[in-house]
Amino acid sequence: MRQDGPRRVLAGIDAAARRAGLRPGMPAARAMAMVPGLHLVPAEPEADAAALMRLGLWCLRYAPLVALDPPDGLLIDIAGAAHLIGGEAALIADLFARLERTGLCARLALADTPGGAWALARFGPGGIVPPGGLHAALSPLPVAALRLSPEVVAALREVGIERVGGLTSAPRAPLRRRFGPEPLLRLDRALGAEPEPLAFLTAPDVPQAAARFAEPVSSPEVLERIVAELCARLVPDLERTGLGARRLDLVFRRVDRLDQAIRVGTARGSRDAAHLARLLTERLPRIDPGFGIEEMTLTASRTEPLAERQLSGAVLGQGPAIADLATLIDTLRLRLGPERVYRLSPVESDLPERAVRRVAPLSAPSGALWPADLPRPARLLDVPEPVTAMAEIPDAPPLFFVWRGARHRIARADGPERILSEWWVADDEADRVRDYYRVETEGGERFWLFRDGPMEAEGRWWLHGLGEA
Amino acid sequence: MLPFGAPGLDQALPGGGLALGALHQIHEGGPRGRYAASAVLFAGGILARLDGPVLWCLHSRDLFAPALARVGLHPDRVVYCETWRDAEVLPAMEEGLRHRGLAGVVGELTRMGLTPSRRLQLAAEGSGVTAFVLHRVCGGEAAEPEPSAARTRWRVSPAPSDMDTNRHLGRPRWRLDLQRCRGGAPGSWIVEACDAQGRLAVPRLLANRPAAPERALRRAAFR
Repeated sequence: MRQDGPRRVLAGIDAAARRAGLRPGMPAARAMAMVPGLHLVPAEPEADAAALMRLGLWCLRYAPLVALDPPDGLLIDIAGAAHLIGGEAALIADLFARLERTGLCARLALADTPGGAWALARFGPGGIVPPGGLHAALSPLPVAALRLSPEVVAALREVGIERVGGLTSAPRAPLRRRFGPEPLLRLDRALGAEPEPLAFLTAPDVPQAAARFAEPVSSPEVLERIVAELCARLVPDLERTGLGARRLDLVFRRVDRLDQAIRVGTARGSRDAAHLARLLTERLPRIDPGFGIEEMTLTASRTEPLAERQLSGAVLGQGPAIADLATLIDTLRLRLGPERVYRLSPVESDLPERAVRRVAPLSAPSGALWPADLPRPARLLDVPEPVTAMAEIPDAPPLFFVWRGARHRIARADGPERILSEWWVADDEADRVRDYYRVETEGGERFWLFRDGPMEAEGRWWLHGLGEA
Repeated sequence: MLPFGAPGLDQALPGGGLALGALHQIHEGGPRGRYAASAVLFAGGILARLDGPVLWCLHSRDLFAPALARVGLHPDRVVYCETWRDAEVLPAMEEGLRHRGLAGVVGELTRMGLTPSRRLQLAAEGSGVTAFVLHRVCGGEAAEPEPSAARTRWRVSPAPSDMDTNRHLGRPRWRLDLQRCRGGAPGSWIVEACDAQGRLAVPRLLANRPAAPERALRRAAFR
């Protein structure tokens, strides 16, 4: 509730009040008449602004460029940062879940432009608009979604323009003459025809190195040199505080104020200036310097304590080797995506397809192994393939099998190795038994076959693996 | 230099063993060239006997790590990267070959031209890390091998295992063809596949005898 001249009006409401039909901007007297026993508290705009700032700084975990959109919005530029979290959809889902857990009710939208995302979060369904789909997504929204002043919205309504689609199809010159530059500028910014500079936040109290240039720079060679220089200046900072960088943000301030940024992550804390510079340089081609860059800021936005000497790994390799391995893993993860570089670790499961689990490439060696007495195939098919097989008597290995139209006579075989289903993992696995046979064809090829039930119960045959160790 | 411990094999290789810090190509013989299942274990067994981490560049999801552990390559030592296309495998391998701490780099490829093979061979020489290219044949029979700068080219094919075991499975056997070897002689051997330490063995009865020609082998299997 806030004071608006002589009247008291609602400034903000919670979900229950919304269900009761209350809206922000409503006079307090009317609201109290509608909902008896309504609990009103004075608005605290300063506290709200401070909270928004805290939330904005927290959002730096998702991307290096975050701008405030007071009183209740945040604009996050995730270009070049979503890969560290596993893509755009994963980022949105993670952000939403975390906000919800803190009790904040949020509407999220991801689009090509800040204006487009703003409109979709506040007036549209939210969610992710694929590149190029902004025009279609904005058309059905009311013109107020373009961040127009109420007067302009009312004036547009008078001439029958209520939707964004109506504005895009109207002739531009008369619009400008009648309503001034505002509607067209907002429209062009929302659709990406006109760039929109934002004032991005900077995180306080983190290791940082900045360079400002008298003449704007844009050539890739110069940028590369500056990246190396910034890394070299950041490292002593990290050394003094005993930290290693886990994530670096490099923000480019362009002459036209359209900031761009790159973000890279490392698998373990690093103070190796050359390595950090190499990671950043790999991403440099994604930066469009425009008419030139006048300032670059390198921030170690995530750090972890790092001992003076890198710790040595026990099983993975000797001391220097593991530090070297970390740089290799960083480079590969940057190139391929973090989820595509991993180690595999044993899981205690009888089912072969569940016997393996991915672990982070530099996690501590577990030393664990699979049972040594069970021969296993070198290749395991993702989905077992059905085969036609013939066995003489129950529980005997088959005499031959037909796979992909080719008939294989079995010369030698061992089995069955009976594997019971893990009924405690999934319901539909109840009563499922697999009898695995290792077979060798006349040519010496080895296969791993199983029958998914006893012969009497008409179990079918499947091929699951090839080759054997 | 890493000797195989199999007399005939080591004699054919210059220096008496497999050259380290070099590129080796491994083809899978037999009709299942697409899966390169024996080739995987052959490379895994060699790496098991070296020290240090291994980078394994995958071409599809079908590699089954427990089998590698059974030839002595501990899962803690292997870092996998999902490089689904040849165009991703080659740069990832080259990157790995620049890091001296590694025992080896394995890449699963469908084909490799002369220039990429030169780059990998040079990178391997520079760092001393050993590189293995496992060829996964796409469709049908293996094409005529392309020229390559690799130090050796092997073909590993499944061979019938010991026949005395009365229809039970013995240790798997391979027919190893050293098709090309710089400074060495090509040759063919029947070997017992890698054991839990990654070592090959020469079968008792076949010791010091060159592999029989393909036709004779097939006849033996029918008998």
